[in-house]
Amino acid sequence: MSGALKVLAHHLRLYRRVWKGSVFVSFVSPVLYLASIGVGLGSLVSRGPAHTIGGVSYAAFIAPGLLAATAMMTASSETTFPIMSRVYWMRTYDAMLASPLGVRDLVAGEILWLTFRLAIVSLIFFLVMAAFQTVHSVQAVFAVPVAMLSGLAFGAPVMAWAAKQRTDTPFALLFRFVVTPLFVLGGTFFPIDRLPRLVEGIAWLTPLAHGVALTRALTTGHAVASAALGHVVVLAAYATVGIAAAMVTFRQELAR
Amino acid sequence: MAATPTRSDALIHARGLSKRFGNLVAVDAVDFDVDRGEAFGFLGPNGAGKTSTMRMIGCVSPVSGGILRVLGMDPAIDGPRIRARLGVVPQADTLDRELRVAENLYTYARYFDIPGPVARQRTAELLDFVQLGDRADDEVEPLSGGMKRRLAIARALISEPELLLLDEPTTGLDPQARHMVWDRLYRLKQRGVTIVLTTHYMDEAEQLCDRLVVMDKAKIVASGSPRELIERYATREVLELRFAIDAAELDGKLLGLADRVEVLPDRVLLYTDDGDAAAAAIHQRGLRPESTLVRRSTLEDVFLHITGRRLIE
Repeated sequence: MSGALKVLAHHLRLYRRVWKGSVFVSFVSPVLYLASIGVGLGSLVSRGPAHTIGGVSYAAFIAPGLLAATAMMTASSETTFPIMSRVYWMRTYDAMLASPLGVRDLVAGEILWLTFRLAIVSLIFFLVMAAFQTVHSVQAVFAVPVAMLSGLAFGAPVMAWAAKQRTDTPFALLFRFVVTPLFVLGGTFFPIDRLPRLVEGIAWLTPLAHGVALTRALTTGHAVASAALGHVVVLAAYATVGIAAAMVTFRQELAR
Repeated sequence: MAATPTRSDALIHARGLSKRFGNLVAVDAVDFDVDRGEAFGFLGPNGAGKTSTMRMIGCVSPVSGGILRVLGMDPAIDGPRIRARLGVVPQADTLDRELRVAENLYTYARYFDIPGPVARQRTAELLDFVQLGDRADDEVEPLSGGMKRRLAIARALISEPELLLLDEPTTGLDPQARHMVWDRLYRLKQRGVTIVLTTHYMDEAEQLCDRLVVMDKAKIVASGSPRELIERYATREVLELRFAIDAAELDGKLLGLADRVEVLPDRVLLYTDDGDAAAAAIHQRGLRPESTLVRRSTLEDVFLHITGRRLIE
């Protein structure tokens, strides 16, 4: 078994104890979002002059946005405290590095683990979306992998950065000044072309805007190959650069 | 101490081994060889470069300069293959708090591709060996410091390593716990495991090490067996005297009584081969120390002689 799979196996062993609670939360949170904001707030939108956004109900509009945003949230929580803990608090990685495992195995194993977590969260979210009748196209089957890629695009760079932290204060700042503003302004709840031009430009620099745009195009059935490819390239670039950076920072912190 | 010639059978072979962190030289061109089956110690004050050396031997920290061969291989090329045959007990405990005592061992075995049934059998044997058999299903956190260290040693042994690296294995442990660790390490040595350890405890080095090197300021400043070092850098015995009067006034009166006299703020040390004779001579000269103690020289005397009493000065 390759080293990365051994790291993944370690995380899965621990996850086996908490998977029920974790899956339950992954199920409840989309139900609450879609019921309260999608259906509840959505009823106000449908009473408005346009009735719909981009030809779909408000619930069908925000659901794919929430799917991508949830992937980002999951990635943030998996790559901040847990990574610093394994580097610094619990020193899990030091123990692993005293075995035949190397730094590349650690980073690759963490990416596999993050991918696994994103798969579970995104899949459950997608099933809830379907139950709320917010999936309108066969293209939507690609929404889950795209949401996972959005999570990786965000999580991999955060992981690289988190390995260098020695207190949790920077993580609070990340959530307050990056994750939450992106969640609100990244196109999840309203089209970002309604934002001031400058803010819209900034939004398109972040992975979330691309993830939201593509998952929405897929679930509403409006995806165009060329635009989709553009979004995928941006997301893949974020993930790739993040992984490469994590190789560097993990080595700096653990194999000096 | 002339550098011994290159020995192809040495388990660890270092020549001009160096480690630099930016401008800081942590290890400065050290030479040493560790033979199969011996217990080898790095003795030195904090910051002498012991841990950096151990991390290079453990193939975690890249070598900055010089030659290092571990088990005949180059850590830069064969790191994973070397680590597969090492056991490492780091200074900072890296036990997994999310796993129970026995789980810490058999999950660690997976990293070494040890099959499950073998891992479980070894886990049971090793927990008995470190006298934690009755704690197998307990959480790690409530264990005492000594128990955690023994568990860390057991975990390092799960792959049946040829070479066991221990960085300050008994720092912070109470006397009973230290003796328990020493006893287990001694048994491992009897079984043929090569042991390399760092310590700043002289008694630990004397108890465990066949050979040792003294490190100070990134360099090796002395090497040999504990006995050799004591013979070379100290006398057989030390006479420790305490005086009510200012020790500085005594200086001239102690001339010729010992090979070497060291006057400290609180006491006077006379290095001599016959402490009782020196004590008698003191009395004949009319000096009346408040207390007189004759003791064997220890590595501590060697160590302080070589590295100096910097903290006291």
